[in-house]
Amino acid sequence: MLLALRRRAEIVNPLLFFVLVTTLFPLGIGDNPSVLKIAGPGVIWVAALLSALLCLDGMFRSDFEDGSLEQLMLSPHPVSLLVIAKITGHWLVTGLPLLIVAPLLGILLSLPGKAIGVLLVTLLLGTPVLSLIGAVGVALTVGLRRGGIILSLLVLPLYVPVLIFASTAVDAAAAGIAVTAQLYMLGAILVLAFSLAPLATAASLRISLS
Amino acid sequence: MTNDFSLVARNLECIRGTRALFTDLTFSVQSKQMLLLEGRNGSGKTSLLRMLCGIRLPDAGSVKWCGEDIFKLGAEYREYFCYVGHKDAIKQDLTPYENLRIAQVLGNSRFDRSIDEALEQFGLYGYEDLLTRNLSAGQQRRLSLARLVVTDSPLWLLDEPFTSLDRDGIKIVQDVMAGHIETGGMIILTTHHKVDLEGPGLQRIDLSQCISDR
Amino acid sequence: MFVRSLNKLASPRYFYILAGRLVPWIGVVCVVLVLIGLYWGLVIAPADYQQGDSYRIIFIHVPSAWMSLFIYMVMAVCSAIGLIWHIKLAEVVAISSAPIGASFTFLALATGSLWGKPMWGTWWVWDARLTSELLLLFLYFGVIALYNAIEDKRVASRAAGILAIVGVVNIPIIHYSVQWWNTLHQGPTVTKFDTPSIDISMLIPLLIMAVAFKLYYVVLVLMRSRREMLLRERNTKWVQDLVEVQ
Repeated sequence: MLLALRRRAEIVNPLLFFVLVTTLFPLGIGDNPSVLKIAGPGVIWVAALLSALLCLDGMFRSDFEDGSLEQLMLSPHPVSLLVIAKITGHWLVTGLPLLIVAPLLGILLSLPGKAIGVLLVTLLLGTPVLSLIGAVGVALTVGLRRGGIILSLLVLPLYVPVLIFASTAVDAAAAGIAVTAQLYMLGAILVLAFSLAPLATAASLRISLS
Repeated sequence: MTNDFSLVARNLECIRGTRALFTDLTFSVQSKQMLLLEGRNGSGKTSLLRMLCGIRLPDAGSVKWCGEDIFKLGAEYREYFCYVGHKDAIKQDLTPYENLRIAQVLGNSRFDRSIDEALEQFGLYGYEDLLTRNLSAGQQRRLSLARLVVTDSPLWLLDEPFTSLDRDGIKIVQDVMAGHIETGGMIILTTHHKVDLEGPGLQRIDLSQCISDR
Repeated sequence: MFVRSLNKLASPRYFYILAGRLVPWIGVVCVVLVLIGLYWGLVIAPADYQQGDSYRIIFIHVPSAWMSLFIYMVMAVCSAIGLIWHIKLAEVVAISSAPIGASFTFLALATGSLWGKPMWGTWWVWDARLTSELLLLFLYFGVIALYNAIEDKRVASRAAGILAIVGVVNIPIIHYSVQWWNTLHQGPTVTKFDTPSIDISMLIPLLIMAVAFKLYYVVLVLMRSRREMLLRERNTKWVQDLVEVQ
C-alpha cells in the first residue's frame, strides 16, 4: 500500500498554533508558578486537541475535491486498510511534530521532568486516537461545504475522555502519584479506536460519496 | 481476454430531490460492446454511471455483474472495472509517473504494463518527472485516462472522457478505446462530444427521453 | 405471521395511518399520568428531611435524564436497523427522536441547575452527571446538525445514523471518564446529585413520571415521524391521494 507523499508546508501551521496557544496561556493568566503548575498539563493537552482539530479537515478534503477519494473507494482493496494508511499518514504529519515540540513546551510551563515524560506518553497514546476518531468525523462531513464547523461539534464530545485521562495523568505525575490507571485507559481507548474507527470511517466515506 | 462478461441493469430509477430523472431503465452490455449514454446536462448520466459503479444506491432496480448483484459482490466487483470520473483524480503535487503508480497499486494491477509505456501511449512521454500541476488541462485529462491501461479491468466506466482534449487527444483516446473493445473489453461512457465511435457493438441510450411522469 | 405484520408496519402508508390513530389515545393516557404523577410528587409525598421541599424537582429532573439516555439508545438502535436493513421507518423514527432527546437533555440540565441553586448556591456545578448530560447534549446537537447539513435526506439519515452509533459507543466511555475526573477533583464525597436513599412514597411518583415521560416521547415521536414520512414520500401516489382528499 502506497502512502501518497505529500509535499506540503502545512505541517508548520498546526505546530505553530500549538506553540502559540501554549505560550499565550501564561500571558493570559499571569505567571504565578503554582497556577501554571496546576493548569499546565491541561493547557498543553487542550492546545494539542485544538491543533489536531485544525488540520483534521485536510485528511480527506483535497482527495474529495480532486476525485482521488472516489478512486480510493473504488479500489478492490479493502477500504478499511486504505483508511488506516491514510490516518497513519495524517498522524505522522500532524501528531508526531506535536510530540517533538511538547517537551519544550513542558519546560516553558515549568513541568517537572517526570511529568514531561508522562506527557509524552499520553501524547503518544492519545494523538493517534484523536486522528482515528477525527477521521470518522471528517468522513461524515467531507462532502459538506462548511464541514469544518460541524466537524468540531461532532468530534469534541468524543475527544473528552482522551483529554480527561491524559491531563489527569500528567497532573498525577507532577504530583508524584501513580499514573498506571490513566495510561491503561488511554491504551484501551487507543485499541478500541484502532479497531472500530477505520470501519466507521469506511462506512462514512461510502455514505458521503453516494 | 477469454472470459465473457456481462453487466445487466434492470428497472433502474434515479431520484434527485423531488424529480425522478429516469425510471424503469433496463439495458445490458456484453463483452466487446460499448454503451454510449447521451442526454442533456442534468439528465442523470453521471448518476447512472455512479450507480453502475456501486458508489450510489439506485432508488429502485438492480445492477448485476455476470448474474450477481453488485452489492452482494462488493469488493470483488471492483476488481473488474475501472472508473474515470468528471474530476481527474490526480494529485497536482506528484509527477505523472507517481500518479500512475498509485493508480496501478490501487487498482487491479497489471505490472506487465510499464508506466512509461502507458505515458507514451497517451502522448505524455517526456513529462514523467514534471509536477502534474505544470501540465495543461488536456494533458492532465490524458493522464487521468492513462490509468485505464495500467490496470487490468474488462469494464471501463468513463464520465465525459473527452473533456479538455484537443483533436489529437481525442484520437488517442478513441484508439485506446477501440483497442480495448477488440480485445474483449466493455466500455460504458457518457459524453457531450460528437465523436467517431461507430462500430458493431455500439448501443446508445438517450437519458433525456427516459423521464416519465410520476 | 409476526414477520409479515412487522413488514406491513414498516410500510410508510400503513405506519402513517396507524400512528395517526394511536396518537390521541396515548396522548390522553400520558396527560392523565402526568397529572397524577405531579400531584403525587408535589403534594402527597412527604418533604425530604434533608432537602426540604426543594428536592421535589427530581420528579422532573430524574425522569428527564433517564429519557435523554433512553432516547439516545432508541435513536442508535433505529439507526442501526435503518443502516443494515434499509428500512425507511427506522431512519425516520431515529431522526425524529433526536430533537426530542435533545429537549429532554436540556430539561435535565435546566432542572439540575435549578436544583443546584438553592442547595449549593451556584447555577452550575461540574458534577459528573451534569457534565455527562452536557456532553450528551452536544452529541445530540451533532446528530441534528449533520442531518440538516446534508441535502439528500436518504444520505443524511445514513450519515446521522453512523454518528448516532459512534456516539452510543462513546456514551459509557464519556460517562466513566467524567466520573473519574469528578472524583479526582471533588474528593471522595458523594456525588452531589445522588438521590438520598429513596423512600417508597417518593419512588412511586418518580416512576409514574418516568412512564408518563416515556408516553410523551412516544406521542411526540409518532407525530414527528408522521410528518417526516409525509415529507419524504411526497412524490408517491398514496401521499398525493391523501392531499387530494384533504
